[in-house]
Formats: sequence, C-alpha cells, structure tokens
Amino acid sequence: MDNNTLVGLAGILASAAPVVFAAIGETITERAGITNLSINGLILLTAMAGFATSVTTGSLLLGFLVGALIGAFVSLIVAFSSIALKQSQVAVGFVLALMSRDLSYFLGNPYMGLSGPRVPSLPIPVLADIPVVGVLFFRQDILVYSSYILIAVAYIFVFKTRPGLMLQGIGEQPATAYVRGANVNRLRYIYTIIGGALVGMAGPMYSLSVKVGWKGTITGLDGIGWIALAITIFGGWNPLRAAFGAYLFVLLQWLGLVLQPSLPNIPSQVLQVAPFPLMILTLLLVNIGNSEWVDRTLAGLPEEVRRLIAKVLRAMRTTPPAALGIPFENE
Amino acid sequence: MNVELVQIHKSFGAVHANNDISISIKSGVIQGILGENGAGKSTLMKVLSGFIQADSGDILLDGKAVRIGTPSDAIKHGIGMLHQDPLDFPPMKIVDNMLIGHDGGLFPNRREVSKSLKELQAQFGFNLDPEAYVDGLTVGERQQLEILRLLWLGAQVLILDEPTTGISASQKAKLFETLKKLAEQGMVIIFVSHKLEDVEGLCHKIAVFRQGSLVGETVPPYNTDNLVEMMFGKVISLDEKTRLENCEPAVEISNLSIEDNRIQIRNANLTVNCGEVIGLAGMEGSGQRQFLRTLAGLMRPVGGDLRLSGKRLTGKPYHAFQDAGISYVPASRMEEGLIPGLSITEHFILSEDQSGFFIDRDKAVAVSRERIHTFNIKGEPVTRVEALSGGNQQRALLAMLRTPLRLLLLEHPTRGLDIESSIWIWSQLKDRCKQKTCIVFISADLEEVLHYSDRILVFYNGKVSQPLDAAATTVDQLGQLIGGKGF
Amino acid sequence: MLNKSSAGFKFGFQILAIVAALIFTTVVMLLAKAPPLEAYKLIFTGSVGSIGKISDVIVAWIPLLLATSGLLLTFAAGLWNIGIEGQITLGAIFTTWALRLLQDTSLSPTLIILIGFLAGILGGMIWASLTGLLKIYGGVNEIFGGLGLNFVATALTIWLIFGPWKRPGVGSMSGTVPFDNLLWLPQVEGLRMSWWSLGVGLIGIVIVYLILQGTYFGLRLKAVGKNGRAAFVIGIPTGKYMMSAFFICGAFAGLAGATQVLAVYHRLIPSISSGYGFLGLMVAMLINYQALWAAPVALFFAALNIGSIQLPIVLKLDSTLSGVLQGALVLFVLMMDGVRRRLTAKKVK
Repeated sequence: MDNNTLVGLAGILASAAPVVFAAIGETITERAGITNLSINGLILLTAMAGFATSVTTGSLLLGFLVGALIGAFVSLIVAFSSIALKQSQVAVGFVLALMSRDLSYFLGNPYMGLSGPRVPSLPIPVLADIPVVGVLFFRQDILVYSSYILIAVAYIFVFKTRPGLMLQGIGEQPATAYVRGANVNRLRYIYTIIGGALVGMAGPMYSLSVKVGWKGTITGLDGIGWIALAITIFGGWNPLRAAFGAYLFVLLQWLGLVLQPSLPNIPSQVLQVAPFPLMILTLLLVNIGNSEWVDRTLAGLPEEVRRLIAKVLRAMRTTPPAALGIPFENE
Repeated sequence: MNVELVQIHKSFGAVHANNDISISIKSGVIQGILGENGAGKSTLMKVLSGFIQADSGDILLDGKAVRIGTPSDAIKHGIGMLHQDPLDFPPMKIVDNMLIGHDGGLFPNRREVSKSLKELQAQFGFNLDPEAYVDGLTVGERQQLEILRLLWLGAQVLILDEPTTGISASQKAKLFETLKKLAEQGMVIIFVSHKLEDVEGLCHKIAVFRQGSLVGETVPPYNTDNLVEMMFGKVISLDEKTRLENCEPAVEISNLSIEDNRIQIRNANLTVNCGEVIGLAGMEGSGQRQFLRTLAGLMRPVGGDLRLSGKRLTGKPYHAFQDAGISYVPASRMEEGLIPGLSITEHFILSEDQSGFFIDRDKAVAVSRERIHTFNIKGEPVTRVEALSGGNQQRALLAMLRTPLRLLLLEHPTRGLDIESSIWIWSQLKDRCKQKTCIVFISADLEEVLHYSDRILVFYNGKVSQPLDAAATTVDQLGQLIGGKGF
Repeated sequence: MLNKSSAGFKFGFQILAIVAALIFTTVVMLLAKAPPLEAYKLIFTGSVGSIGKISDVIVAWIPLLLATSGLLLTFAAGLWNIGIEGQITLGAIFTTWALRLLQDTSLSPTLIILIGFLAGILGGMIWASLTGLLKIYGGVNEIFGGLGLNFVATALTIWLIFGPWKRPGVGSMSGTVPFDNLLWLPQVEGLRMSWWSLGVGLIGIVIVYLILQGTYFGLRLKAVGKNGRAAFVIGIPTGKYMMSAFFICGAFAGLAGATQVLAVYHRLIPSISSGYGFLGLMVAMLINYQALWAAPVALFFAALNIGSIQLPIVLKLDSTLSGVLQGALVLFVLMMDGVRRRLTAKKVK
C-alpha cells in the first residue's frame, strides 16, 4: 500500500469521526424509543455555534461545550414535546431541523469565512511509529481518538451493562420496563439529551477540525444529519454497525473524489450525491424483507428457493426497537 | 408472610371497581379470586401490586401497613405479579430478561445469574436455557421464566392473573404442582381466574367477586352451582343449540399447507357445509390464526387448494376473497378492525360499495341510525369508534359486515365482553348461519368453542386434528388435544 | 373564567404561540445585534409596501399553495412526503425540457405553454412515484426515500445547467438560457404576477378541499392514514391509495415547478424549488392539516419570504430570518397545542 492511499484512508477515519458521533448519538436516542429527526439542522447549528465560540473566546474546549449544550437543549425540546406535550416526534423534529438550519445561517452570518482555531494533531508516542497501523490510526487528533473510544463505550454500555439493558428494555417494552422499576419517561429524557449532546459534538468536529471554518450555505454540511439518521437504521440500532456504516459512507465519498479525475465523463455532481441513492438502496435491502408482498410472492415459489431467499432476507433485515416513536404512559 | 387487604375502595369515573373489599390471606395459602370479566378482581390485584393506588383502604403485610406506589415497590415488599400477557422482553435473551430491573453493579455477572437460574429451576423441573431468546419460548415457558425471576428477586407473595389461558395441559399440571410446592414453603399464592375448574382444583379458599364487590368466600369442598350463582348473581342458561339442516358443501380445503416464520401447517383438509359453525381451538400460537387468515385471503398458502362453492381462490388477492363473500373480523378491534378518529357513520360508508364520487351524507347518516338501532350500539352516528366500549365496538364491527356472506371468519368474537354482550353477539351470528353463511372462529374459551360449534378443529404446534363433532366432545377431551395428546 | 374546551380558549393559546414566536425571533435578532423593530418594519414594507411587492408575494404564494395542497393529501394518507422538494424540481426540469424541445417548432406558444404545464405535472408524478414505490413495495420510510431523491434532483439540475443545457460558452449558476417572451405565462401589465397561475393555485386548493371533505376517495385516504391495517382488512387497497396520494401530490408539486419556470424564472436555475416544498410542510403542520386555512397561512408565509429579501441589502442580515420566524411559529403552535390539551385533559379527570 503506497503512502498516499494510507494517508487517504487515515483521512477517512478522521472525516468519519463526526458521522460516528452523530450516528451513535441517534442510535442511543432511538434505543430509548425517541426519534430525533432534528439532527441535520443540529449539526449545522452546532458547527456554526462551536466555531463562533472558539473564534470569539479562542478556546476550542468551549466550542465543543457549546455544541454539546445546544445539541442537548434542542433534543430536550423534541423529548419534551413528545413526552409531556404528546406532539408528533416527526413533526417537531422536522421543524427543528429546518429552524436550526436557518438559525445557523442567520446567526452565523458575521462569522462567514473567518479564520479560526483548529484542533491540533496529536500523534500518540510509540504507537504512531508502528508501520501502516501508526499512520492509519495513531497520527490523528484527539477527536478521532474520542470516536474510537465512543464506539467501544457505546457498544459495551448498550449490550453489557445493567443500565444499558434497561435502555434496550424501555425502547422494546416500556410497560415491562416500568414494572421492573424504570422511570421510563425520565430515562427517555436522559438518553435523548445524551444522544443530542453527542450529535451536538459532531458540528464543532466539522467546523474546528474536519472542514475548518463557517461558510454558510456552502459549508457543505447540509445533508450529513439525514445520512446519519439513515446510518442508524442501516446499523440496526447497534453502535458497532452504525460506526461501520459511518466509515462506509465516508469511504464512498472519498472514492468519489479519488475516482473523479479518472472518470471525466461523469460530472462531479453525480459522484457527490452518490451516497444518497446508495443510502436508499441500503435501506431497501434492510427493509424489503419486512414487506407483505414479499411473503406472498415467496409463498408461491418452490420450497428450496423460498427457504433460500427467506434466509438471505432475514440476514439483511433490521428491526427497530418495538416502541420507537410510541409514547409511554403508565396507568 | 400474611397479607391483608382492608376496606379497599377504587373508582374509575362513575364505575366503582372495588367497593369496600377486605381479604386476609395467611402464609402458605393458595387464595382463589373468582369472577367474570369486569368483576373487579384485576383492579384489586393492580392495587396490591402497585400498578394503581386505592382511593382508600389499607394493605397490611404481616400486620404492618405498607404503601405500595409502583410495581417495583411491590417486589421490594416481596409481592410479585405474573400478568396474563407475560411482561418480558421478547427479542432479548433469558439471562438479560432476568437482569433488567435487578439491582447491582454496572457490569452484571451473567454467568452467576445463569447458574442461579439453573439451580432455581431444578427445584421445579423447569428446563430453560439462559442463553435462549424469549421470543422463541411458548407462553407457558415465558410464565415459568417470570415465576423463576420473581422468586429470584425474593417474592413471598405471588399473584397470577389468568395463568392457565394459552398454556398446554402438561404445562398447567406442572404449574399447579409448582404453586402447591411454593405454598408448602410458606408463600402466599393468589390465583385469579374465571375458570371454575382451575380454581376448584387448586385453591385452599376462594373469594368470589361480582360487579366490584366481594360476594363471599368459600372453602372446600366446593359446590360448583353455588359458585356459579355467586359469580353471576343468577343462573344463566345459554340458549339451546339449534343446528341447521346441512346443505351442500360451501368451503373445500384440500391439502392446504401454510408457512410463516413461526409455524408450519401441512396438508390440512376440511369441508364446511353452508350454515355450519367450525370452532378452532388450541393454545395461542399453534397455527389456528394463520389458518384463519389464510381462509380470509390475508396469507397465501404455500401449497394445496382452497375453494368456495367450487370456485378456486388459492393465490388470489384479498379483495377477490372479499368479493367472493368472505369476511374477516380480527381480534384486535382497534388495531385491525376499526379506525380511531373516524365516526360510526364513516365506518359504514367505508364498508359499503362505492356509488358515485361524492358521498351522500344525509343518506349515510340515515343508514347509520338504522343500523345503530338494529345492532343495539350505544352511540350516535357521529360518535368516534374509540369512544365506544368493547362490546359496542364488536357490535359495530358486526354491523359493518356485508349481506349476504358466504363465509364469516372471526377471531375471539367475545373476548373481553360481558356475558350479555357475548350471548347477543352469538345470536346475531346464528342468524347469519340461518342465511346459509358458514362461520369459522377461533376462541381460547373452550366452553364457547364447545357450545357454539358444530365441529371443532384442534391445533397443536402446526398440526391439525380431524374435525370433532362438538356434541360428542367433552372439555377434557378437548383439553387433552390442545395439550398435544392424541394427535 | 373561560371554558377550557371552548374555541376562545383554543384561539387564546394560538395567539400566545404567535407572541412566543415573535419574542423568540426578537431575541435571536438581539443576539445577532440586529435592530428588531427595523427588521420587522422592513419585512412589512417589503411585502405589502407597494402594488409591486404585493404582486411578488402572490408570485411566491402560488407555488407554496400548490405544494401545501398536494401535501394535505399525502398527510391525509398518513405520509410524510418530504420528497416534495425533488418533485417540484423535477416538474421544473420536465417543463424546461418540453419548452426546449418545442421552442423552435411551429407550434403556437399557447400550446407549448400548455404542454409545458403537462410535462411539469408528469415530472412531479414520476418523482413522487419513486418515493411511493420505495415506501409501499420496499419498506423504505418515505422520509428517507424522499430526502435521498431530493438530493438527487438537485444534483440533476446542476448537472443539466452545467452540462447538456449550459449557456453558450460556459455554464453558470444563473441557470439556463431564458426562454423567449412568447413562452412566458401572460403577466399583469407592469407586474410579475399572472392571473393564470393565480387561477391554477386557487382551483388547486378548492379541489383538495372538496376531495377531503366530501368524497369516497378522501374518506378512504383518511382511513388509510389513520389506521392502514384496519383499512386494508375493511377492504381498501391501501397500497393503491397511498400511491394515488403520492401521484396527486407529485402532480401538484410538478405544477408548482412548472409555474416557477413558466411564470417566474423563465429558465431552469439551481434552486428552482425555492424551498417551497419544505415550507409547504410547515404550512400544513401549522394549520393542523385543515385545508380551509391553507390559502391564508400560505399567503402569510409567502409575505414573510418576500419581505425578508431586503434584509441583507439594508441591514446586512441573512434573509433566513424569515425561516427562523416561520419555524418558531410552527414549533410554538405545536407546543402550545400540547399545553392546551394537557390543561383540558387535567380538567376532565
């Protein structure tokens, strides 16, 4: 593997870090039974706010803190409207997605094109000198290292710890979880806020590291949040698979850029949006096994064919937490 | 532990669900709670297990008054409740199901939990694999899991709500054996049921509820007639069975094979004569639902043939089944039967054949008034269906059926209804039979199956019995078959 | 004391929501160190300050009203047609395509314009049907299918403008070559609005109102939206009805796109939909999906959009302020509705 490719791949790990944060944040929120549809606008708003904070104060840390706080607050609105006010999560999330985006452009106007601080690279001594692996994993900045840690922590938390099991429980069968002593709605608030804070970190990760600066509508971040939502589904609400989806998405984007010069006939716009049809395609693959007409058609096929197709479909299929989007009220 | 409930009152709006109930249960006693649906037994159990709070009255444990605010408070006091639909987490492993809600450190020790589960279940002869997923278990096994979990958490009072619905005969025998053993160890068992036979066979004493009040308590030897009278206040006689003179075969099912990801049915055969009633019995999830939905055209069989009056329907879409004169009334009325947010009138419009483009509202309201009267629905034409009671929703569903019908398929037609509504519903259905409609229905209530069917099919794990003549079958025979014996 | 279930009580909460939205927007402006009063004044005079401005508002109102009308049908069927942006865009692309093909033929301009409208409708329907097929036969949530297709539609527009349909020489963000005056929808003397497109918009909302209010089709659509399982068991072919909703909404969206080309821009530009699709979703939510209110509320939103155009020039503020105010209005109306319901429910208990 030549050095250029290696650096390119290391770049993928770096550019994927914010997507990992957003997708895992949403995964945790949805595990608790709440869909937070606002995250596309949220990433823009926190990217702008994080950048503006860091430019004004000179502190990178404050930039991230502000991002996390805004993420937590906006997500709290989604949770509150859904749990306390019984409004549709989709409606409130969608309005917030649009409004946060407009807010970022409006409030970010004075910061357009300013130069600001950047999170420094932090090679890890010793590990960074390992051939191949060092370049790939350990000559990154602290954000990328955090993304590795987040993947591991989120996975272990959801599947191996006591509160993680309860998190699965409130998203699957809130009524049962309540009988087992969970304060379902309080937990839903908490996980929506935690998930929102993680998404809120994704914004500054862009504006302070991956794509430094704030450039308004041409910042090129509009759409990332929708992709992160799709990755959550693709990942089957598993942090590990979600992270895999994030890396796959960024790899595709990178391939688009790399292949551009060698495919002059395909306009750049086509390659840039390639992830979106691919997103639809993957959603199609993981969902089609749930369709009724598939069952009907399968029933008409000879036994061996039927078994085989059913097996393939089952392997691809992901099923959401049973209570996703459904409000919970104890009697 | 001794449990005392003292002067419990609980009202929901105008309904006095528990009116001055006092019961005292000593350690080691199996207490039966008997009553029909809506008698107030569930309300009392919800009060004891912390689901709801009584308006007034006390709960005493070993003579000490306690306040039980939530279900988890209840288990801390040693009171565990086993719900009719098992409250667990189907897509998760048994060991994880044990762990959720169990206090302890951040990282649970799964191996230890598996070990204690195995030790515990050895006492009762259960055989659950801690690593298995709950959605692969039968209702009976899920019940066993829940009992083990409650014991593991230190329950000393075990409340069981209608535990014998949907489990096999052998599982029931094992359950009773387990409960007796637990009582011998000094536990209090509260057994809630509307099944006389179960209560009589198990309980040390029986409290009978009717319309929110405790009618009385009795001890063995039990007098069944006496219990029935206490339950219903009067002796109810079901109308005599009338059997229509059979005419030509209407529905012919030959070598029908059905398959979904849960169950496989192979080569089922049945011929239904017009005006005949076929009851489908079996524990829940034995394949009867898939069979009924295949007859409705909602599922496509993987093999075999389905004919209605000689016309082949196999593989045709659902609307072709409807056009052929088949109707299906699902069990979950609000999920699959009715549309919340729409009025009774709008439901009637939807179930009619469309004529023209614009709806004639005046005519529709007139039709609606007439049907509301005929079917004795307590509601107005503009009433939204979600505001109706269960019995009235079922009446509305029947009022939506077209006339004439060749084949009427019903899932649990009287589940959750009071006895008067049930009798009324069946009188309507029998009228349909007189007009040569065939009826195929599923019920978990064996009395209902035996009383209203002409013939009965029993399902066990996808296997289908030969049609049984209802008049020559007893509850015991049926119970054996449902439990898988005699196939 | 006001009766808590009365219409007055409900109205009071809506007023409260509007006040809250205004306060929120004002705070946002103060954060940006902008003079709120001047900004509001500018939005006001920028939208109704002259006949010309009013005509501009109406020009914006028509596609917004068309989009809202279509969305009322998909919402009735329980569908979130977020893909409407792409459907408007495809409508505009198809209209442009038809005009480009026919502009040098001997057909009469009126006929070409008519064909342009029909082509737009077709384009919107095709794009909507993709979302519909993915949803109904592929199990892909219409929100994600629609969003993906929106991005694809935008890319398609840019590719056309910089590729096959580029201006002589080099393509630019200002769009394709404008069409001849003859292919413009006739405008009112000295103004940008056209009676023809105004007519189309108003007829559209009336049709939707009638469909939802008094037809079998409308009632069945609502049944599908409120409980698809039960509607199917009752005998309504739910897939077909959902597809119809997508088709009709796509037709409305395509019509909006055609209007953008024929009556507003007279060419294809990169953001031809002007965001009216998403704005239409907001209008539909704000009016709680009641067709009766679509026209006035859409008019108000169009006025906000037009009024804020002057903001960057006069006050150096970003024109997305109108989006902030619109979003705040919808958000607070939704939340206040929840608060009101909570209070009413408590009273009943």
